[in-house]
Amino acid sequence: MNERLEVNKTYKLFIGGAFPRSESGRTYEINNQSGDFIANACLASRKDLRDAVVASRNAQPKWSSATAYNRGQILYRIAEMLEGRKDQLIQEITHIDGVSQSAAQDEVIKTIDRWVWYAGWSDKLSSIAGSTNPVSGPFYNFTIPEPLGVVGVIAPESSALLGLIEALAPIIVSGNTVVALANSHNPLPAITFAEVLATSDLPAGVVNVLTGKKQELAPWFASHMDIDGLDVSEIEEPLLADIKVAGAENLKRIRTFSDEASPQRILAFMEAKTIWHPIGV
Amino acid sequence: MSIFEYAPAPESRAIVTIKPSYGHFINGGFVEGLSVFPTLNPATEETLSQISLGSIADVDRAVAAARVAYESAWSKMSGRERGKYLFRVARILQERAREFAVLESLDNGKPIRESRDVDIPLAAAHFFYHAGWADKLDYAGLGNSPKPHGVTGQIIPWNFPLLMLAWKIAPALATGNTVVLKPAETTSLTALLFAEVCQQADLPHGVVNIVTGDGTTGSALVDHPGIDKIAFTGSTQVGKEIARAIASTTKKATLELGGKAANIVFDDAPIDETVEGIVNGIFFNQGHVCCAGSRLLLQENISEEILSKLKVRMAQIRVGDPLDKNTDLGAINSSAQLDKIRELSSAGDAEGAERWSPPCDLPSRGFWFAPTIFTGVTQAHRIAREEIFGPVLSVLTFRTPQEAIEKANNTPYGLSAGIWSEKGSRILWAAQQLKAGVIWANTFNKFDPASPFGGYKESGWGREGGRHGLTAYLKSEG
Amino acid sequence: MASVNLVDGSETSLKNFLTNLSGVDQTGAEARAATLATRSIKTSAKSWAIDTAISMVDLTTLEGADTPGKVRALCTKAVRPDPTDAGVPKVAAICVYNDMVKIARDHLDAIGGKDVAVAAVTTAFPSGRASIEVKIQDTQDAIDAGATEIDMVIDRGAFLSGKYALVFDEIVKIRKLCSAGVHLKVILETGELVTYDNVRRASFLAMAAGADFIKTSTGKVSPAATPPVVLVMLEAVRDFYAMTGTRIGVKAAGGIRTTKDAIKQLVLVNETTGPDWLTPSLFRIGASALLNDLLMQRMKMRDGYYPNSTYVTID
Repeated sequence: MNERLEVNKTYKLFIGGAFPRSESGRTYEINNQSGDFIANACLASRKDLRDAVVASRNAQPKWSSATAYNRGQILYRIAEMLEGRKDQLIQEITHIDGVSQSAAQDEVIKTIDRWVWYAGWSDKLSSIAGSTNPVSGPFYNFTIPEPLGVVGVIAPESSALLGLIEALAPIIVSGNTVVALANSHNPLPAITFAEVLATSDLPAGVVNVLTGKKQELAPWFASHMDIDGLDVSEIEEPLLADIKVAGAENLKRIRTFSDEASPQRILAFMEAKTIWHPIGV
Repeated sequence: MSIFEYAPAPESRAIVTIKPSYGHFINGGFVEGLSVFPTLNPATEETLSQISLGSIADVDRAVAAARVAYESAWSKMSGRERGKYLFRVARILQERAREFAVLESLDNGKPIRESRDVDIPLAAAHFFYHAGWADKLDYAGLGNSPKPHGVTGQIIPWNFPLLMLAWKIAPALATGNTVVLKPAETTSLTALLFAEVCQQADLPHGVVNIVTGDGTTGSALVDHPGIDKIAFTGSTQVGKEIARAIASTTKKATLELGGKAANIVFDDAPIDETVEGIVNGIFFNQGHVCCAGSRLLLQENISEEILSKLKVRMAQIRVGDPLDKNTDLGAINSSAQLDKIRELSSAGDAEGAERWSPPCDLPSRGFWFAPTIFTGVTQAHRIAREEIFGPVLSVLTFRTPQEAIEKANNTPYGLSAGIWSEKGSRILWAAQQLKAGVIWANTFNKFDPASPFGGYKESGWGREGGRHGLTAYLKSEG
Repeated sequence: MASVNLVDGSETSLKNFLTNLSGVDQTGAEARAATLATRSIKTSAKSWAIDTAISMVDLTTLEGADTPGKVRALCTKAVRPDPTDAGVPKVAAICVYNDMVKIARDHLDAIGGKDVAVAAVTTAFPSGRASIEVKIQDTQDAIDAGATEIDMVIDRGAFLSGKYALVFDEIVKIRKLCSAGVHLKVILETGELVTYDNVRRASFLAMAAGADFIKTSTGKVSPAATPPVVLVMLEAVRDFYAMTGTRIGVKAAGGIRTTKDAIKQLVLVNETTGPDWLTPSLFRIGASALLNDLLMQRMKMRDGYYPNSTYVTID
């Protein structure tokens, strides 16, 4: 029996590459299945969300204009580092969610593999989703997919890690930046993941992670005019309808997805841009 | 005669027969509506016909017909057979092109040159293009045997009545959906003539239904529980209302909404073609174009040269009888639209912008507005921010390429943009920076069924045309 | 002369001036010309256009087989295009090789056609491949024989190889011969220049060097006076006027065979330079077969039915 007292981690928000506490000073208790206290997580406020959106918007130009090859490299590097944090992530999942070691292990492995799968799409997507269009006239006409901008993610509650990761990867691989609200009952793997991001080559602000309550924050995500799209997979009615109503104000692209890896999930947060130019001498 | 005065060259009206009144086209036949409203020729204010005002019951009947047609016929038919119906429709549109063109100009006010050379041929082209897709949906990028949504509710605007109908109906039918379409209140006649085309093509009953009416009819369609997908082209305001109206449903929607496109002219632009492009960008179709180049951004060192050439060119614009083959600028579609154009133009005056129009005699009857430019406009002016949807151009200047892009993107809209320069790398850079769904470089207002069209930001959801537009009518998993 | 304002004739000044001209986008220029081609010219406008077009014709014969008899016949037609209708205007000029100038001038004078000019093609027309001395002599011969209009060709080879000063100098030298009421038309031979950018540059070069008219083509090379080429030249003329205050004429020659073609040209003029150019002193159409089609259309307008070709005279 080791008598050493563990040094507990303080779980904070991840905004603009830094780990601030909530500006509100609020926290909430994270307990395991038996109700034992595990940690205090930040209870992010709408002002934290606002700060995260600013960070995300500021990160937009650089990330969206990085080469696809570069984005792919950075994402792959994140997978490498996730691999090194595997045990910690498994522990954070088992500890709180009460799932078995092997189930947690399966989730983490699936998460990493899915991240790698999406990373590889960075420099292939335009080839399959873009086109040259044979218009009737002396014009060269082509369509390319472009990132949407700032996308919000309300992470699913059904998994602590996989649901978040499989939302984030397809969003950022194309050049979007993200503000994500972690799974509220177990945000710890999300913050650990943020630590991976913080030490990776991902530019600050590309991914911002908040912890808190979706009933409180989701409406603010929905109404924020500088968020261009929302992944609200697993959000249920009536909250989903409220989100759509609020999101209509800037015509947010609001989407829900099944747990299936697909390039359509990347394209859902991209815009097709079509360019015409005359052909002549 | 000492100068070359073009004598009137009117296209004959005799080719069209307009009935005194029209019902709705439901389940393959015309059905009387409960009440009617007049549709006018905006060039003369003459009443052309009485159009039925679609009620909730009319919409219900049309949706029911579309559902039956979907379940019993259209969704069961092979893509190849569906495609052949679309080919038939395309051919009939070509055969009756002149009739459609004249009717469109009568009902809409647009010059016959445009309805004849742009609207109607492009409408037919949309059916041809999508006819070919009908049996090739496996290659649309959504996997094997992608499924249609079912019954689509389509609401179209008054600026390109038949063309917008074609943009909506052709991809819907190609993908196996059935349709209930509501034309715009002021421009229903070509849609009702299209109903005859459906009859001539022997399209199965209920595959295409047309319910005429106003905004209340449109709302009834959007709200109808039997609708699986909405396709709307119109104002951003109504687009947002639709988005809210379907929030608690599983209905899918594509929205083609407003715009305030920047048309950016760099100092190495091909000047004469640029001036043409500016004119085409804002005066095509009386400026009733969501993607109109309504904000002209001129590099400051050539702004005077461009403006002086533009004014000379604008003086050549022939305003008048839409049916005259030499007319360049026709009538404003409605008195309501004319009021809006006047109101925003007055705001331009009040905010200190300088208004200029060439001398031109406007007819005394009908709805008319002279081609107009405002110089000295800044980003803060209403006429630089709000969609005027008329022949009114706001002119701004910029000093550097970066400033041009910042100004161009400084709008909640993101439908289209123009770039004029003979430097390839600058064009590609600007095209990359612009937040807009359609970029015209060294051209403007070009449309093609193979070319996806649609906007970023508050200009809408989704694309129409091309493979991208097709997929909006198919279910995509993931 | 206008040229002093724009260029000093040196290779450097010409290169700077011409390469700084705005480019021409092919698709855009062709689209504009195509749109103007849809203008529908009917009734009174058509009658006016037909008579105006007739008055702008440089009635042309430039064949190795030309004879005095052929040239005299053409002169007769130039003065009285329709023997049955004295109301038909005379054409603007007869256009011939320089050995036919005197025959044409004498015959025109004899039959009441003093106001019909005689234009001579010179400078080793059509290729222009000769020494400047030969070109000068060629031109001087024509002037001596009574030509009041000189249709010279530019050295396209020199132009295409960037020797703008050489092309400029030749025009200046021929211009010097053309004092005292002799008009100089400079043929660009646009079919050999190929691009609209070249057409625009050559137009400005010729105008800066002192051309009274710029002319599309020799008629020996195809394509010739296509609507977009004429459009680009008219735009150059309009811009040159804005720069210098000098109105330069345009002659469209080659491929204009029908009344419809001719009216399209007049529409281009009307909507590009404006109606000031709708006069034989600023716009010409070089043609031969065109005249008969104009006459037949004129008869149709007059009589209300279509004539057949035996009602117009063969050349």
